[in-house]
Amino acid sequence: MSMNKRSKRKLLVVMVLLGMALASVLALTAFEENLLYFYSPTMVKNGEAPSERKFRVGGLVVAGSVERATDSLLVKFDITDNAESMSVEYRGILPDLFREGQGIVAMGAFNGQNIFVADEVLAKHDENYMPPEVADALKAAEQQ
Amino acid sequence: MIKKIWAWIQRFSSPKHFYAISGKLIPWFAVPAFLLGIYGLYMGLFVAPTDYQQGESYRIIFIHVPAAWMSMFIYIVMAISAAIGLIWQIKLADMIAAASAPIGAWFTFLALVTGSLWGKPMWGAYWVWDARLTSELILLFLYFGYMALQSSIEDQRTADKASGLLVIVGVVNIPIIHYSVEWWNTLHQGATVAKFDKPSMHIDMLIPLLVMALAAKLFYAAIVLMRARNEVLYRERNRQWVRDLVKKL
Repeated sequence: MSMNKRSKRKLLVVMVLLGMALASVLALTAFEENLLYFYSPTMVKNGEAPSERKFRVGGLVVAGSVERATDSLLVKFDITDNAESMSVEYRGILPDLFREGQGIVAMGAFNGQNIFVADEVLAKHDENYMPPEVADALKAAEQQ
Repeated sequence: MIKKIWAWIQRFSSPKHFYAISGKLIPWFAVPAFLLGIYGLYMGLFVAPTDYQQGESYRIIFIHVPAAWMSMFIYIVMAISAAIGLIWQIKLADMIAAASAPIGAWFTFLALVTGSLWGKPMWGAYWVWDARLTSELILLFLYFGYMALQSSIEDQRTADKASGLLVIVGVVNIPIIHYSVEWWNTLHQGATVAKFDKPSMHIDMLIPLLVMALAAKLFYAAIVLMRARNEVLYRERNRQWVRDLVKKL
């Protein structure tokens, strides 16, 4: 069997890999914005979020900002990316992981008063896994 | 020297030789896979501590994470095998790729289903179209595409070439799956274990997870050898050594 044919096939495989890598980089860069699942409050402040349609915002629920209505499912809270923050309003049942300091993603749009009215709120879990005792110990150490 | 190595590779990778050796290897993978799987499941589901945020629901990771890792690992094995089959025309490599595809597809399916079942109580949705979930779904379609090509082309050599090329083209999806959580904002959380930093997981949870991951690798090794043996027998069915083998039964 000739070396030449084998090198040709090697070249083919390498070219396919390089071509695909290049095509993917170009496609992913072109669609960058559409691949974002949510915008951060900073991006929203900078006007990067779309204004003509609904979009998602994500951030941490600001501690002490959650206000629940007593007569309905209305909840108001602020979210932050530790640089900018914004107010969110939602009417409905929140996921189990929704709590102060937890990451959430809300889908909706701004009303006239600069409040983001969400019609869906999802909880974003972080990558940390530990038993409750360890979490308590960490919190205690932080307060000292 | 190179000629000698080449001759050795060709003899070792001959389907007949592989058939004899692999039969002896299977129990060495299957038995530890079974024992580690039982141990890992018991440790993960009953012994590992409850999570501070997610409670008991987090225990799905002992299935979900190994399944997701395997879905990518098996795809890489297939891509390497397909490249070896294409370039050096080693038939055994194509058979390994063909034998791996359904196993990889099942692991991908398992990762998607377990993730979805966890997503409802934790996130509040069974499915979202974020970059991680979408790229993993594309991986499932790549497996389906490979299997469809394999079974729809009559001539085995053409089938191996076409489907092998598809697997190699699709390998670009693997880094996209892995880095999707870093490159874009996703609902799926970032990496807990597979990162340069130390794992963000308590050691009593991490050990059962790694045990399950090892069990899944060994399980794959055992199953892929079994399936590759069937593939060998089927593809070499007109050869004398297979006929002799059948006569002995």
